[in-house]
Amino acid sequence: MSANITDPIEFLKNYDGPEIRIMEVCGTHTHEIFRQGVRRLLSPKIHLISGPGCPVCVTPVNFIDEAVFLALEKGCTITTFGDLVRVPGSKMSLAGARAKGANVKVVYSPADAEKYAEEHPEEQVVFLSVGFETTTPSDVIAVKRAAGAGIDNFSLLTANKTMPGAYEAMASSCDAYIYPGHVHAIIGTKICEDGLAKGVSGVITGFTGDELVTALAIIVKKFSEGKPFFVNAYPRVVTDEGSPAAVALVDKFMEPCDAEWRGIGVIPGSGMQLRDEYAAYDARKKYDVPAMNPDYKTACRCGDVLQGKIEPNQCPLFGKACNPDHPVGACMVSDEGACSAFYMYGGEI
Amino acid sequence: MSDVITLAHGSGGHKTGELISEVFRKNLGNEYFTSDDAAVMPAPEGRIAMSTDGFIVSPWEFPGGNIGKLSVCGTVNDLACMGAKPLYLTCSYVIEEGFPISELEKVAQAMGETARKAGVKIVAGDTKVAGKGQVDQIFITTAGVGVIPDGVNMSGAYAKPGDKIIVTGDVGRHGTTILLARGDYGIDAEVTSDCAPLWNEVEAALGVCPGMHVIRDATRGGVGTVMYEITEQSDVGVKLDREKIPVDDAVRGVTGMLGLEPLYLACEGTMVMICPAEYADKVVEALHGCEHGKGAAIIGEITEENNGRVVMTTEIGGMTYLPKPGNELLPRIC
Repeated sequence: MSANITDPIEFLKNYDGPEIRIMEVCGTHTHEIFRQGVRRLLSPKIHLISGPGCPVCVTPVNFIDEAVFLALEKGCTITTFGDLVRVPGSKMSLAGARAKGANVKVVYSPADAEKYAEEHPEEQVVFLSVGFETTTPSDVIAVKRAAGAGIDNFSLLTANKTMPGAYEAMASSCDAYIYPGHVHAIIGTKICEDGLAKGVSGVITGFTGDELVTALAIIVKKFSEGKPFFVNAYPRVVTDEGSPAAVALVDKFMEPCDAEWRGIGVIPGSGMQLRDEYAAYDARKKYDVPAMNPDYKTACRCGDVLQGKIEPNQCPLFGKACNPDHPVGACMVSDEGACSAFYMYGGEI
Repeated sequence: MSDVITLAHGSGGHKTGELISEVFRKNLGNEYFTSDDAAVMPAPEGRIAMSTDGFIVSPWEFPGGNIGKLSVCGTVNDLACMGAKPLYLTCSYVIEEGFPISELEKVAQAMGETARKAGVKIVAGDTKVAGKGQVDQIFITTAGVGVIPDGVNMSGAYAKPGDKIIVTGDVGRHGTTILLARGDYGIDAEVTSDCAPLWNEVEAALGVCPGMHVIRDATRGGVGTVMYEITEQSDVGVKLDREKIPVDDAVRGVTGMLGLEPLYLACEGTMVMICPAEYADKVVEALHGCEHGKGAAIIGEITEENNGRVVMTTEIGGMTYLPKPGNELLPRIC
């Protein structure tokens, strides 16, 4: 970090320059920022925005509807990370579908889902494939393994997303990004360099409290110097080229597509879907899932929260109709969601 | 005797008698252990405390103990939390048909050993056998009676602003042990349940601080849940210092990986004590002299502000709320 900041926390407390909006785009960053009470340490001139980096939070309503359709209409066994079970769809969540007799099974990895399919040949097993660059390789590996072993009762319902499109789409919502270290461990730093050329600033960092405050101090310092900037403050994990092997693996099985982000809308080219050669592992194609056009109206303002337009507690539902036991918006479901983190850790002390 | 428990062992006939003499009396027997319908003991002087607890832990055997040990510790510790010296226990077994008798022997052995260590006598028991699939292997219920020394008067409602909060050892170890023992996560780590009877520790603490305000054992829901219970019962706030909270390295590693808060994982050998500030150091010193109090530490204090909430300093020197207890993390941990 810059030689003349000796204590990043003191520096961030006493900052008195122009107002700055900093967006973290990773749910793990959001959680750690709240868990460590980072916001309460900052000068009132520094505003943190919890952006769209929790895979559960950005999963659109129609994805849940598709999963419910597969479970109830097609009799598929849905395997999923636990958080998604409680995310509301337009009619019901997967928890609701389970209450109606659907087979919904929580797993800890796509490999577990694939193994389950192998052990239960009588069931049609669908894994809900959500997540960013960090987790997509493991989804692809599960397909690769199934294909290799001739497992034909396993498929993915994909909602995989990539960050670059989101960086671009959200650039006007903030002055600088805290880039997620694990995403860039896969995709490298080129995208950040490209962003810099377009005037987008940011710092890549890790996930501990110390790493986060160091990154914030770098951002604030560089920002007050007035020029766009990019710093990789996580070089022990993130290299310029990232992991070409992981990127190539994903590229073999998947291709970019447009993707809807809950509360934000469609970001062109920001999704990943299985290539045509692997259509047998694509649940949408395999089971002829119809287009879902949910007529879904809610007072939930998740989208405004993710874009930093409001704080979670400014949503009319926050803490009342919407709370971790009865989430209305996806941001209240996952521990990494902005609303959930704010509910658990936020507010005045 | 046959190798496994059959329905006949619960019939009250000669098979039951065989089981009682060869498994239970052998391991649990003492001068009051009764073959009659109720045990008869001399009445202690003073106030008595009474408690009961059911145990359905899965798996029934885990690193650091088994359901037999746990079922003694649980009730002994509940009594101790009221300042009561545990005197007598009863136990009621519900065993699934087909449960190996050699395993039952292990459970009874652990129960007897733990009772002797805790200075408590098991005076009566009951055995029922349920058909295959009607219970999961073995369930135990214990009930206990203890006597409270004069001058000791504790309750969750007695915490006062300024009081110090002490834990008698590291937190979250039993919950982590059970979680790993189930093998659902495919994680290996060297973690052993803290399951232990704690009357000696309580007696030592009360010896230096008879005016102790609160003692709670941090079983289901862990220390975090106890803290929130105290804020409600005593109408106060709690401030914890995260750095001072003892957490075993392996527990820290496992919970970090799984995103779990150690403060919300069960302890079976760690209690929370809340005492006037001027006694806190003496209590910790007394605990350090006990077998299960070596890790005792002052972790925070009761406050007037932040009523109903638990705030915590963080590793980087910030302040945050401890999230309120949510849904049960793990069913069947005790």
